Amino acid sequence: MAKVYVSSVINVPAAEVWRVVRDFNALPKWTPFVADSLIEQNMRADQIGCVRNFRLKDGGLIRERLLAMSDYDLSYTYSILESPMGVENYVASLTLTPVTDGNVTFAEWQAEFDCAPERESALVRQIGVNVFQAAFDSLKERLER
Amino acid sequence: MSAMVKVRQSTIIDAPVADVWRILRNFNGHDRWHPAIVASAIEGIVPADAVGSVRRLRLSDGSELREQLLSLSDERLLLTYCLLDGPLPLIDYVASIRVKRVTDGDRTFWEWHCEFKPPADRRDELVRLVTEDIYQNGFAAIRQLLRRVSSSPAVESRPSASPASSSGPLNERSSPRSVARSRAIIVSHYGGPEVLELKEIVLPQLAWGEVRIRHTAIGVNFIDVYCRNGSFNLLKPPAAPGMEAAGVIEAIGDGVTDFKIGDRVAYACLPVGAYSERRNMSPELMVSLSSDISDETAAATLLKGVTASFLLHDVHAVKPSEIVLIHAAAGGVGQLLTQWARQLGATVIGVVSSDDKAHIVDRLGAHHVIVRSGENFAEAAIRMTNGVGVNVVYDAVGRETFEESVAALAVRGHLVSFGQASGTIGERDVNRLTSKSATLSLPNYVHYTDSPDKLEPHIVRFFSALRKGLIQVQPPKKYDLANAADAHRDLESRRTTGPLILTV
Repeated sequence: MAKVYVSSVINVPAAEVWRVVRDFNALPKWTPFVADSLIEQNMRADQIGCVRNFRLKDGGLIRERLLAMSDYDLSYTYSILESPMGVENYVASLTLTPVTDGNVTFAEWQAEFDCAPERESALVRQIGVNVFQAAFDSLKERLER
Repeated sequence: MSAMVKVRQSTIIDAPVADVWRILRNFNGHDRWHPAIVASAIEGIVPADAVGSVRRLRLSDGSELREQLLSLSDERLLLTYCLLDGPLPLIDYVASIRVKRVTDGDRTFWEWHCEFKPPADRRDELVRLVTEDIYQNGFAAIRQLLRRVSSSPAVESRPSASPASSSGPLNERSSPRSVARSRAIIVSHYGGPEVLELKEIVLPQLAWGEVRIRHTAIGVNFIDVYCRNGSFNLLKPPAAPGMEAAGVIEAIGDGVTDFKIGDRVAYACLPVGAYSERRNMSPELMVSLSSDISDETAAATLLKGVTASFLLHDVHAVKPSEIVLIHAAAGGVGQLLTQWARQLGATVIGVVSSDDKAHIVDRLGAHHVIVRSGENFAEAAIRMTNGVGVNVVYDAVGRETFEESVAALAVRGHLVSFGQASGTIGERDVNRLTSKSATLSLPNYVHYTDSPDKLEPHIVRFFSALRKGLIQVQPPKKYDLANAADAHRDLESRRTTGPLILTV
């Protein structure tokens, strides 16, 4: 089981960050690598079990199912149904925690998955750096200005 | 009527999470950084990271409070504690301290959270006090501390010029931040010698005030058997047993001033964990070894020597005119007691379980030797003392000998029951002691040795007696660390005489 953990500090209040990332269909709005996204079967984007179907700017198609969401904990969890990455049993969580000192946000994004052993370190780096951290960076850029 | 309030405060500290956690996890170290706390002490003989330990804090206004550690997780980097009593009505106060790594910039997220029931009319005042005076001031203090530590060159450049540390792998491991591995004998559950299993463990980074010692020789004592089989609760599985060892200091943590890398040291104290190649521990009860005392001698004799010293000088101060009966006189402590009591001028009766052992005790200078399997030792002792009985009995056998030991005492005699090789003494009728005005002592090693003040005189006295040749120690029987189970089997079978050590 491979694990990825990325965390950052976003210098705006957690409620503000949550308003942006809570929308499970909003990846094109706040990540640099998603071209477009739709929620399958006309479900709501905050309906547990809904599937987001999005296209990366490099052309790859990914389908992810929302497994849990909490407006109390500012957190949601999802799994990958289909992707070009060659991962299995992929489950990820995005969690925001208010930092009272300065009223900013501690943001964590973590994933666990299975893959071919020789690909593990490359995938961990790819997901950690090019997906999670890159998304946090663009979120910071968008919100902190 | 009061309602529960919650306080949650969090901050980002610009330091790696391991550095922050190392400081926060020390439940008995918050006085070193929190401006409101003047002093901290753990109650009883309990390590600060034992869940359930109680710390007594003295605040800058002179008041005192007691708090209990409810949970500690080095995996989740979380500790929780509650207030037991104190000067403020923080009723049902339960707090948690949690840190997390901020991978972006290698910083630390730190959250301090609590719940408590204040009296309604003091709610706002108490919430503000917890929020600002305790939590926010604590954040500021740690931020300040870590800034100071990271800008202080002294921390990373500890002395390492000693010849002992310039050879071998020591230098690579001399940083307190480095991760060290150790082979260790781990007891996963209480049981027989077979539960002593060799495993490889990773040592945590050194905490404040700790040193890392590389063991060269490790003492094997009967107390280790009691820890292994669960008779004593000094070891909570999974953990390594062992209270006695000698070795070399190979790394020192922040705040250590009395020792340096390369120092030869020995110890005989809690917490358990000596059955290992290396370990981290507070050096408070360590002693520096002079060049005339070898590591093996120190590891083989320190605990027994200190025990013999307080038994003969503190528990019962043996006087030249007295008659002393010593059980298991050919055993580790028994041999020391026999020689030392004679040096103190007492008449010594040694009790042993075989003829072979009788020869040993005879050679050590006992005036009389009784072989226990052959005769009733109490009757023999009464006969040898012309019907008077003995002034003091040192009894580490326990269950089997207790009644007869009482019978062997003179009027106003003293039974010192300091071991239980045959089982605990169990429930006894102490009324029998009144017929002789007898005294019963049940000394516990820890209570005579748990501070430098208590320990020091015994160490000095024992090493001095060794140097002068007043007492002599058999060369220890050696076992490889991996074969600790064999050492325990031999010790428990009573086949051994004299000390046993594990070598690394």
